[in-house]
Amino acid sequence: MWYILTHYWSELIQGLGYTLLSSVIALFFSTIIGTMFAIFEVLPNRAMRIIGRIYIELFRNIPLLVIAMFFYVIIPMYVAKIDGFTAGTIGLTIYTSSFIAETVRAGIQSVDKGQMEGARSNGLTYWQAMRYIVLPQAFKIVIPPLGNQFINLVKNSSVLAFVAGFDLMYQGNSIASLSLDTINSYMVVGVFYLIITLPLSYYMRHLEKRLA
Amino acid sequence: MKKVTRYLGVIGMLGLLTVFLTACGSRKSLSQQDVLTNDRASNTITWGVKADTKLFGLMDVKDNTIKGFDADIATAITKKILGKNGKAKFVQVTSQTRIPLLKNGNIDAIIATMTITPEREKQVDFSSSYFDAGQSLLVKKGSSIKSVKDLNQAGTKVIGVTGANSVANIKKFAPKAKVLELSDYAQAMTALKSGQGVALTTDNGILYGMASQNPGYEVVGGTFTKEPYGIAINKGQDPFKKEVNQALKEIEADGTYNRILKKWFGNVAGFDYKEASR
Repeated sequence: MWYILTHYWSELIQGLGYTLLSSVIALFFSTIIGTMFAIFEVLPNRAMRIIGRIYIELFRNIPLLVIAMFFYVIIPMYVAKIDGFTAGTIGLTIYTSSFIAETVRAGIQSVDKGQMEGARSNGLTYWQAMRYIVLPQAFKIVIPPLGNQFINLVKNSSVLAFVAGFDLMYQGNSIASLSLDTINSYMVVGVFYLIITLPLSYYMRHLEKRLA
Repeated sequence: MKKVTRYLGVIGMLGLLTVFLTACGSRKSLSQQDVLTNDRASNTITWGVKADTKLFGLMDVKDNTIKGFDADIATAITKKILGKNGKAKFVQVTSQTRIPLLKNGNIDAIIATMTITPEREKQVDFSSSYFDAGQSLLVKKGSSIKSVKDLNQAGTKVIGVTGANSVANIKKFAPKAKVLELSDYAQAMTALKSGQGVALTTDNGILYGMASQNPGYEVVGGTFTKEPYGIAINKGQDPFKKEVNQALKEIEADGTYNRILKKWFGNVAGFDYKEASR
């Protein structure tokens, strides 16, 4: 393990960088998009609810790899030149956002109806009530499952390896084939993932305690 | 105090995991047994072959068997070693999985477009070479790329396959080019088609197979390396290696080799069948 670490240090750091970058971008956008579709799903407007349902069911039920390959292969052929990193990150964002949407929706629905009604009768508009009264309570409830989604997101970013996105897993494959030392190469990669996911895990726990 | 115990717990678990995985690695495995004796007893030789490479080893979905030059050579060698009724069993491998599978004893030998290199010789033994390949380039017809020199520009993206020797070669011949490593040849070809890179590089034998399947693409620039293919055998299996080399000599002498070569490469445009025959 030590040999792998010292000889392929620059590759590993590059991989860690790309994995982190992709995870941060995907985490940010999938939270926003996911929350947006969660709200779509609880709107009084039926058409919006259907749009939300279709988006979620479509991307929740297709393997991430297929979504990523779609953006890597089909989009450059007909729409725009995007490289593997971009394609993988877009795929990861869309895929994760559908799970986050379901999680947040469950949170919104578990907030007592009286909260929304009370806010409305005090003169807030529907959106104000959603923004200031319902969503803050909903997020507090869904922090533990949301943490799960975030950790899954970091690990799922390994899909970049299949579209040449230069992430940790990609470097791991490359190092394993260069050094011919498969076991140690992947063990090092596993440790590098822990470097990202363990602090994230502890941070989510900390948030949960602070807000509960 | 509570916190400290929790951290200790985490560290302890990681430690246990490490010990467990290391123990897996050092366990005395199948690979320590004598392959030749086992194969004679079961009348079967298990070969690792490619299943995604036209001409060398390609899965035929109609009857679920792997067909190609490598597979036929393996069958011929099996018959020489075990006699007429000897069975050749094929296990699908990729550039990445072949050495681990050989090391842990899942396969007896690798015959999967594997170039003999000094680094690999540290890990496995090779038979004498059974095919003289060389690295070349596959590009879209009408591309401005004519040879490996044209790739040596910053921003040029070249597609290769993880674990293949060709990736390291491109870094040597065209250091300014960026190499995208994909997991197998089918994916690499798809990436070339969608324009993720300007050229696909690997051994010419494989590229000819791809060009024959994809009429819009051609092999350019000739070969810029020598890549003799060998059959990889685990270290310490000298009796088996000797038998394989002997069988290889015999099929070259009695014309079996040339017949198989002609069967797969006889009609490939641009392939010099005469030069490759033995």
